[in-house]
Amino acid sequence: MSSLLPPVRNKQILAVSDLTFSIKRKFQQDSDMQDVWVKGEISNLTNHRSGHSYFTLKDAKSQIQCVMFKWYAKRLKFKPSPGMKVIVFGSVEIYEARSQYQIQVVTIRPDGIGELYKAFEQLKIKLEAEGLFSEVHKKPLPKYPSVIAVASSPTGAVIHDIINITRRRYPVHIILAPTQVQGAEARESIVRSIQLLNRMNVDVIILARGGGSIEDLWPFNEEEVARAIYYSDTPVVSAIGHETDYTIADFTADIRAPTPSAAAELTVPDVSDIRQQLSQYDAILNHTIKEKISDTSQRIAQYESTVSIKRLYEIVNIKQQRMKEMNRYLQRLAHHKIDITNTRFASAYAYLNAVSPLHTLKRGYSITLKGKTIVSSITQIKEGDEIEIMVKDGMIESTVNAKNDREVV
Amino acid sequence: MNEDIPGSKENEIDVWNLSFEESLTKLEEIVKQLEDGNLPLEDSLSLFECGIRFSRRCRELLENARHRVDILTEEGFEPFEDQKEIDQVR
Repeated sequence: MSSLLPPVRNKQILAVSDLTFSIKRKFQQDSDMQDVWVKGEISNLTNHRSGHSYFTLKDAKSQIQCVMFKWYAKRLKFKPSPGMKVIVFGSVEIYEARSQYQIQVVTIRPDGIGELYKAFEQLKIKLEAEGLFSEVHKKPLPKYPSVIAVASSPTGAVIHDIINITRRRYPVHIILAPTQVQGAEARESIVRSIQLLNRMNVDVIILARGGGSIEDLWPFNEEEVARAIYYSDTPVVSAIGHETDYTIADFTADIRAPTPSAAAELTVPDVSDIRQQLSQYDAILNHTIKEKISDTSQRIAQYESTVSIKRLYEIVNIKQQRMKEMNRYLQRLAHHKIDITNTRFASAYAYLNAVSPLHTLKRGYSITLKGKTIVSSITQIKEGDEIEIMVKDGMIESTVNAKNDREVV
Repeated sequence: MNEDIPGSKENEIDVWNLSFEESLTKLEEIVKQLEDGNLPLEDSLSLFECGIRFSRRCRELLENARHRVDILTEEGFEPFEDQKEIDQVR
């Protein structure tokens, strides 16, 4: 049997490592083994302490070992989990220590729409919990912007639509920040544009992209993009894809427009509406001031009719007449008062006359006085007293000769 | 005069420096105040005068504003030529 073998020459004997190296080089030189996309399901996933991840990628018939080093693993936007259908990108390498072949994975993408949605949901829940979508962080758009920025592709329908619609509606300065909205560079490009525009004096940023598949729109579901929108001091209007497409960027933006055209309409007012409004304001100004003036004129006319010279004379005349009347009345009143007093005096005088003792003297009676006292009783005098007798036309001075106390009355 | 009247203290130069939004806001305030009425004639007249001034400022800004599109490049702004429109013209 041994004779069938070729003769052994020392030179031809290989060390294990030499052979392994040859195998390794073969793999490296084979373009079928380098930079390949491989589709399968993740199993036996181990996230090692070192940060490297190890797993098996399998389908119904086969399986292959995979390793993902930590510097690649930490760039992933989602968490790979066992059972997940993925597409990995990498190269088949030989692990020399065991001469085992494995895929050195550079990146992993969720395979299929279902997996993308899973990644989308994961991020959405995470950012929502952080408050990135909260209404309290939404900034209002300026009503009348003078500079609007558009972060979008400089070619294609999107920028064209936005320019056309704004031009039709409102004179505004548009700054287009050329931005990649698809592919591997898109994420960084979008973030850079938002940050750049924040350092410029723009009133609002429109982040726009036309319609596409969920994979096409994927950059707008990236966490970095959401955070750049969130931290933007300038209000951001998102307009990504069609009306039915919702991206993480849409949730984070201050306003989501269903389409780029709608974003343009949301961002600028319609100049014909403004002109109409201005005309209306002018009309109100004119109307109110006219009314005010005519009101005031009317009031002045009213005052004039009240305070005119003619009216003043009239008032004076009326007052004068009234004064004369009062005067006459007062005079009448005074005369009346005097008449009454005179009558009262006359009757009092007549009465006094009637009761006067002098009146009695006239009829023949006399009054006897002792000193200043009237003698009305015999007891008031004694013989020899000096008395005076008053008669109607004089006084009789006499002396009491005798007295007789025979009662007379 | 009433000190609260918007624009009553502004002279012409200030008015002509206002932005569109500022002018329109002032105009709206004045219209509202005039509509509410009950102001003395003198105040109404000066309000009216200011209102007309702000309204003219708004119109002037609208008339003079030009739609302009620039593209941001490494060197700064450059006028943007809409490729789609150019294609359509051709």
